[in-house]
Amino acid sequence: MQPESAMTPGLEVTVLVSVGRHPLTGRARRADQDARGVELARSLANAQVRLLHAGMRDESSEAALRGYLGMGFTELSLLEQPEGADVLPALAEALDAMSPHLVIAGERAERGEGSGLLPYLLAERLGWPLVSGLAAVESVEEGMATLLQALPRGQRRRLKVRLPVIVTVDDAAPAPRQSAYGPARRGAFETAAGPVSDDEQWAAWQVQPARQRPKRLKIVKAASARDRFKAAAAKAEGGSGQVLTDVTPTQGAEAILTLLREEDVLR
Amino acid sequence: MLDILLPILLFAALAVAALGAWRRVRLWRRGRASQVSVFRGLIAMPRRYLVDLHHVVARDKVMANTHVATAGGFVAALGLAIVVHGLGLAEGVLGWLLLAASATMFAGSLFVVRRRRNPPARLSKGPWMRLPKSLMAFSLGIFVVTLPAVGVLPADAGGWLVALVLAAVVAWGLAELVVGMTWGGPMKHAFAGALHLAFHRRPERFSDTQHGGSPPTGLKALDLDDAEAPLGVGQPSDFTWNQLLGFDACVQCGRCEAVCPAFAAGQPLNPKKLIQDMVVGMAGGSDAQYAGSPYPSPERGDQPVGEHQGSPHGPIVAPASTKDGKALVDAETLWSCTTCRACVEECPMMIEHVDAIVDMRRHLTLEEGATPGKGAEVIDNLIATDNPGGFDPGGRLNWAADLELPLMADVERAEVLLWLGDGVFDMRNQRTLRALVKVLRAADVDFAVLGNEERDSGDVARRLGDEATFQSLARRNIATLSQYRFDCVVTCDPHSFHVLKNEYGAFYPEGQEAGYPVWHHSTFINQLIEAGRLRLAPGQAARVTYHDPCYLGRYNGEYEAPRAVLQALGVELVEMQRSGYRSRCCGGGGGAPVTDIPGKQRIPDMRMGDVRETQAEQVVVGCPQCTAMFEGVVPPAGDEEVAVKDIAEMVAAALDTTPAATSSAPRDTSTAQATEEVMS
Repeated sequence: MQPESAMTPGLEVTVLVSVGRHPLTGRARRADQDARGVELARSLANAQVRLLHAGMRDESSEAALRGYLGMGFTELSLLEQPEGADVLPALAEALDAMSPHLVIAGERAERGEGSGLLPYLLAERLGWPLVSGLAAVESVEEGMATLLQALPRGQRRRLKVRLPVIVTVDDAAPAPRQSAYGPARRGAFETAAGPVSDDEQWAAWQVQPARQRPKRLKIVKAASARDRFKAAAAKAEGGSGQVLTDVTPTQGAEAILTLLREEDVLR
Repeated sequence: MLDILLPILLFAALAVAALGAWRRVRLWRRGRASQVSVFRGLIAMPRRYLVDLHHVVARDKVMANTHVATAGGFVAALGLAIVVHGLGLAEGVLGWLLLAASATMFAGSLFVVRRRRNPPARLSKGPWMRLPKSLMAFSLGIFVVTLPAVGVLPADAGGWLVALVLAAVVAWGLAELVVGMTWGGPMKHAFAGALHLAFHRRPERFSDTQHGGSPPTGLKALDLDDAEAPLGVGQPSDFTWNQLLGFDACVQCGRCEAVCPAFAAGQPLNPKKLIQDMVVGMAGGSDAQYAGSPYPSPERGDQPVGEHQGSPHGPIVAPASTKDGKALVDAETLWSCTTCRACVEECPMMIEHVDAIVDMRRHLTLEEGATPGKGAEVIDNLIATDNPGGFDPGGRLNWAADLELPLMADVERAEVLLWLGDGVFDMRNQRTLRALVKVLRAADVDFAVLGNEERDSGDVARRLGDEATFQSLARRNIATLSQYRFDCVVTCDPHSFHVLKNEYGAFYPEGQEAGYPVWHHSTFINQLIEAGRLRLAPGQAARVTYHDPCYLGRYNGEYEAPRAVLQALGVELVEMQRSGYRSRCCGGGGGAPVTDIPGKQRIPDMRMGDVRETQAEQVVVGCPQCTAMFEGVVPPAGDEEVAVKDIAEMVAAALDTTPAATSSAPRDTSTAQATEEVMS
C-alpha cells in the first residue's frame, strides 16, 4: 500500500474499522475512534497498513467505509457478514491467517452492540496481549512495541509489549486526518466471505434508543463575566468522596448502596 | 538603403513573431479541453475590447487615454508601416496617416514614461521599465523613416550612417513590440489578451452575450460522474487551455494587488503574483524573474522570489509528505483568498482569479484532504449535520419557537419562501431574522419557511473546494424546493442568495429548472417600500454608512436597493471611500474565517477602520458574515464602538407603530438581559 514498505518487510498493521454513527443525526460515518486508529497506524514509520472490516455491505455502510479509504488507502478488506451476525469468528480467522504484528481497534463501536468487548474476545481467542486506551505508539523495535496509554486527567503510562498485540485507541490519540473524496471514490473493496455465525441472543434482543442520562446542573449566579468565567474554569471539586481500603466485599457493597440511596439512584 | 532594410526588418519581425505565436499557442494547449465558439469569439473580440475591457480601463482616466493613444497609435502605425514601408505603397494619404499614427503613439508613450518615473508599488518593474523607451523608439523611428516617404525630407537625407541608426531604432521597436508580443515580453499581454477576450471561459461576462442582467459569477461545476476527470487543478496542465491563455494575458498592472484584502492584511497572497506563478508553471521554470510585489509573509515581511518553481505536469502545491518542500505556490496562498472578487472586478484583462483559486482548492480538498484550519471539521459537519457548526439539524427553528412561523410542509404554497440560512444557529443573526420576520409581517407578506427541511446552501463547502459535499447539499435542497410552490425566495444571507440564484441552476434534474426569482432581503424590502406595503416612520436621525457585501454587490450587482431603503428610512448615509463595486471585503467569505491564515492584521479591522473614517455612528450591513466579522472588531482605545446593524433591523426599528399597523407584530424579546446562566 505504501511504496517504501515494498522494499523492506516492515511492520504489518491491521486496523479494524467499523461503520460509525453520528451522535446527533445517526448518519453512518467513519467511526471516530477507528479513524484515530487509522491515523495512528499511518503515523508509524515503515508500516504496511491494512484496513479490515467485517459486516454487512450496503449503500450507507459502503459510504462510511469509503471514509477510511479517503485517508489515503487504495483498498479495504471486507469480510461480508449478514446483519446481526457475530463477527468475532470471522475476524479471528482472518487475523489468524494474516498474522499481522499489530492490530488496532477503537474502544467500542458506535452502533450495534457497542459493548467494547470485541478486542478482548479477539485477544482471548488469538492468545495475544491487549493494551487498551492508547494515546500513541512510540516505537516498534525488534518485536517489542513501546506504547503510551492514556489515563484520566491527561496522565500517560508507558508500556512495553511483545508483538503481536491488539491495542485499542483512546480519544486522546491524535485526531484523524481529513478523508478526501478522490481516494475514497477510487478505493476498492477486497471482499472475502468469512465464516458466518449467527448471534442468536442478539436476534432476540429489543433495541431502543438510550434514554439520556440526567445531568447534574451547576447553577451559577454570577453578576459579572469574570465570575462566570471563574465558575466555568473552576476544577470540578471532589471532597465528598471517600476512599475505602482494606474492607471486606460486604462493607464495600454497603458503602456503594448507601451512596446510591443518597444520590436517589435507588429508592 | 532604408527602402531595402525596412521591408526586411518588418517581415522578419512578423515571421519571428508568427513562430513565437505558434510556440505560445502550444504552451496554452497543454491545458485541458474547453468548449468555445472560435468564430463567434473572434467576431466579438473587437467589441469586447472596446466596450467591456475599456469599461474597466476607463476607471483610471489618465491611464485609459494613455492606452488609447499608445495602443491605438501602435496598431495603426504597424498596419500602415507594413503597407507603406513593407509593400512600398506610400502614395497619397497613407504616409501622412502613418505619420499621424506614430505621432499619436509617441504622445501616448510620453505619458507612459511619466508614469514609469515614479511607479506605484503595484506596478511590476523589470522588463516593464524599458517598455516606455521601446515605445518611443518604435514611434520615433517609424515617424522619422516615414518623413522621406511623404516627401518632407529627401530620400537620401543623412546618408547611410543615419539610415543605419534609424534602422537600428526601428529594429529595437519591432523587437519589443512585435517579436516580444509572442516571445514573452511585456507586450505579450496584447497578443494573449486579444485571444483571451475572444476565447474567454466565461463568454457570458461580455455585453455581446445574453445573461439576463445579472453578472455571471457562479462557479463552474465539477463533473463528478466522470471518474476520469481530474478533481480540480493539481498541476498547471489541469487548467483548461483558455484559463492558461487568460493567465498569460496578465499585464501586471497590479490593480488586483491594490484591492486584494488578503494582500493588504499581510496574508501570503498577491493575485498578480499568483497569476504570474501560473504562467511560470505553464511554461516551466522558477519565479525568480518576477519583478512585482512578492507575497507578503507574516514572519519574513516578504516571501523572496526564486524559492518556488513548477512545470506543466508538476504539482502546484507540494504534497504534505514532502514537509518543507516547495512547489509553485504554498497552500496558504490559496487559502488566504476570501473569494471577494475584488481582483476580478478590477482586472482589465478579464482574468478570473477566483475560479483558478477554487479550482486549485478543489484539488487540495478532494484529492489531498488538506483543507487547513477548521476546514475539515466544517466539511465533516456539513456531511453529518447539513450545517457547518455541527448543530442538531432538528433545531433549526428553535430561535423562532415563539414566532409561529408558517412551515412550507404545512402550507405547501406561499408568496415568499423565506430562506433562513445557517444564521439560525447564530444568536446575532437570530436578531436579524426576528427583525426580518417582523418587517414581513408588518407588510402582510404571505411567507413560509422550510424549517428543519432546510440545509446549508453549500456555499462554504464549495469555496473550500469540497465540490462533492456542495453538490450533495445542492441536489437535496433542490429536491426540497421542488416540492413546494412559491413565487420567490427571499434570504438575508447574500451567500445563500448567490448560490441559490446563480449556482443551483446547474444541478436541477433534466427537464426541470429553477422557475423562481431569488431576492436578497434588501431588494425585497425595497420592493415592499416602493409598492407602499410598508409603513415607515422616518425620523431616525442617525449618521450611518453602508458596507456592500461582496456576494450581494460584486457577485450580483445589487448596490442600489439597500441605499434606496436607507434613503426611505431618512437616515444620513455617508459613503466609505471604498464602496459599491470597490467595497472592501469584511474577511468573512470563502471560508477564510475557517481556514484562518495568519497575516499582519485582520481584514475586518481594516474595514472597520474604513467605517471609522466616515465618522458614522452605525454601519449598516446585509450579511450575517459581515455582521459577525465586524462585531468581532475591538475598537481602538478611546474610540466609541460603532454599532453594526443589519438593514432588516434598521427597517424593523422604523416601522410605523401607530395602532393601524401593529396588530400582528410579534414582541421583540432580544433585549432581555440574562443574568442567570445554566452551565453543564
